[in-house]
Amino acid sequence: MARRSGSILNRLLSNPNPSSPFTLPTRSITYMPRPGDGAPRTVTLIPGDGIGPLVTGAVEQVMEAMHAPVHFERYEVLGHMRKVPEEVIESVKRNKVCLKGGLATPVGGGVSSLNMQLRKELDIFASLVNCINVPGLATRHENVDIVVIRENTEGEYAGLEHEVFPGVVESLKVITKFCSERIARYAFEYAYLNNRKKVTAVHKANIMKLADGLFLESCREVAKSYPGITYNEIIVDNCCMQLVAKPEQFDVMVTPNLYGNLVANTAAGIAGGTGVMPGGNVGAEHAIFEQGASAGNVGNDKIVEQKKANPVALLLSSAMMLRHLRFPTFADRLETAVKQVIQEGKFRTKDLGGDCTTQEVVDAVIKALE
Amino acid sequence: MAAFLARRLIGNQSSQILGTSNSTSGALISVSRAFSSSTTPIKATLFPGDGIGPEIAESVKQVFTAADVAIDWDEHYVSTEIDPRTNSFLTWESLQSVLDNKVGLKGPMATPIGKGHRSLNLTLRKELNLYANVRPCYSLPGYKTRYDDVDLITIRENTEGEYSGLEHQVVKGVVESIKIITRKASMRVAEYAFLYAKTHGRKKVSAIHKANIMQKTDGLFLQCCDEVAEKYPEIEYEKVVIDNCCMMLVKNPALFDVLVMPNLYGDIISDLCAGLVGGLGLTPSCNIGEDGIALAEAVHGSAPDIAGKNLANPTALLLSGVMMLRHLKLNKQAEQIHSAIINTIAEGKYRTADLGGTSTTTEFTKAICDHL
Repeated sequence: MARRSGSILNRLLSNPNPSSPFTLPTRSITYMPRPGDGAPRTVTLIPGDGIGPLVTGAVEQVMEAMHAPVHFERYEVLGHMRKVPEEVIESVKRNKVCLKGGLATPVGGGVSSLNMQLRKELDIFASLVNCINVPGLATRHENVDIVVIRENTEGEYAGLEHEVFPGVVESLKVITKFCSERIARYAFEYAYLNNRKKVTAVHKANIMKLADGLFLESCREVAKSYPGITYNEIIVDNCCMQLVAKPEQFDVMVTPNLYGNLVANTAAGIAGGTGVMPGGNVGAEHAIFEQGASAGNVGNDKIVEQKKANPVALLLSSAMMLRHLRFPTFADRLETAVKQVIQEGKFRTKDLGGDCTTQEVVDAVIKALE
Repeated sequence: MAAFLARRLIGNQSSQILGTSNSTSGALISVSRAFSSSTTPIKATLFPGDGIGPEIAESVKQVFTAADVAIDWDEHYVSTEIDPRTNSFLTWESLQSVLDNKVGLKGPMATPIGKGHRSLNLTLRKELNLYANVRPCYSLPGYKTRYDDVDLITIRENTEGEYSGLEHQVVKGVVESIKIITRKASMRVAEYAFLYAKTHGRKKVSAIHKANIMQKTDGLFLQCCDEVAEKYPEIEYEKVVIDNCCMMLVKNPALFDVLVMPNLYGDIISDLCAGLVGGLGLTPSCNIGEDGIALAEAVHGSAPDIAGKNLANPTALLLSGVMMLRHLKLNKQAEQIHSAIINTIAEGKYRTADLGGTSTTTEFTKAICDHL
């Protein structure tokens, strides 16, 4: 229901014709909460590195302006730490939901990625990015509405590497039936709950016959339980080519870890850039919300200094978080405000073609809130 | 458009820099080749391939003859039985032919389905030790896609990485696949990439990796690229994480010049770049092997549904042939044929069905010959 109202409001906003017969009183859709649903929830907040504190600060400001029943518990985690502090993990286990900025992983630094550590510890196995054209933002491709669901815990990112002898290094890619099945199941369930018509599995099973073959087998089995949803498979190199040429053919895509990273970034790029795509990571018990694709992207020093980071992606992800926490009206208000600001086009950061600071965008969003 | 073509012309003339070759670099052919005058034909192996292969190979032969290219084609076909000496459908004679001639052109080959034999491409790659796959992707003036300013080269390591084919089932439901990166292979491809950049007048080489996650494997690849970069201070060098690279490519492909990457990323990125300029039907490609072997190939499929109907687009194989000529240092003719192809497509009067026109293969070929 939340998605329907979002799309109706979208149509209203993008419909310039005031005499259209389609009129919608702004508050006709009511959600019937259970008594006590308005009780404030605590959410762990990890600002992160680089532009992280800037954009999470933006979210905090907007939440306060909306008087959203969300209380943030802030923890400092920085990219160069060897591992995520125990207290942070405890906090996420307690609160069940976390909002985070980017955590940089130093290249070749010998430190295993903190993003990966969090995901493995809390068994957050599905990463979701919704790559959709935002009205008002011109891109080369139209009609893009792709959800990339990516397995988050195994595959090429298992981190098992060793030097066989000097000059030869091996890395293990592990695929298990258990993980493949649960990500496939999540993808089909997502498609079913969100009225999506097609699920595409992305693989390279012509070369990696056993590994990706196992992934495909699991997807095919799960597909049988959802006869109403079309299922097809595509090889990853062809997939990237099709994304660039005809993105409208894709709907929901389910992929193993590495391909998911590439496909999500490509899809985000064609739809407007990783600065605007919302996304999150979810497991059976916990959820972490962060900027859609490219969680390790913390911008560069220049953007941090000038405070010109794009807060849109994290704001839209926090709207997803509000829905996850069962506060749908706040989510709707936030999303509408952000989309209105982008459509008007006056307050945009550099990656969207403007030159505003983060604060200016935040102020514009707060003003646009009803 | 003229400026665009002029830039490419100037860029390619600079390949005269390296006159005598360094036999250990493996990238340039030996000095004896340079002695071939225009009257002594060079022998080159031709694999027409399956499906539309023979038609487009015919096209190439016609255009080359019209341009006075002195090449003696040594044609080989894929047999219908497995040759026990190579354990695949490619015969021993075919492989020997390429090893002797050191240069070849390959059309699309359909790998027959079945087990117990190696895929044809794998056989060629392993036996000829083809270690680098070079794919230039540039926007064709006159053929409009969403991207107009693409001009990049992808160089992909072709022998190891994720495609080593080493997989096994640990226990039921758990499969492991091994990715191998060696210093030798990474150095080889990095050397080739920088050499290519220098000889073709390119300004920047970007190494694509995921070393923040796969620290040792991609880390070793990056180390090798770093070492080679130091030997070429005049060429700008950068390292880009692959997810950033994908995003930058679809948002602004003009940011990239030469890209060098390991096997899997190379596969995906080179296909992505092909998609930016119009698909595999227009993209040339060349595989470089040790001892100066170059096998140019068309990377599209064999299109069995239009085989024999004179509808196929020979552009990919023709452009690959041009790459082969450049490798053989026949730059003048290469440039002639290249301009003819570009002009024919730009004019728009003769285009095959996949480019939105109605010409047949023969009409298109004739138009190119007329433009020479």
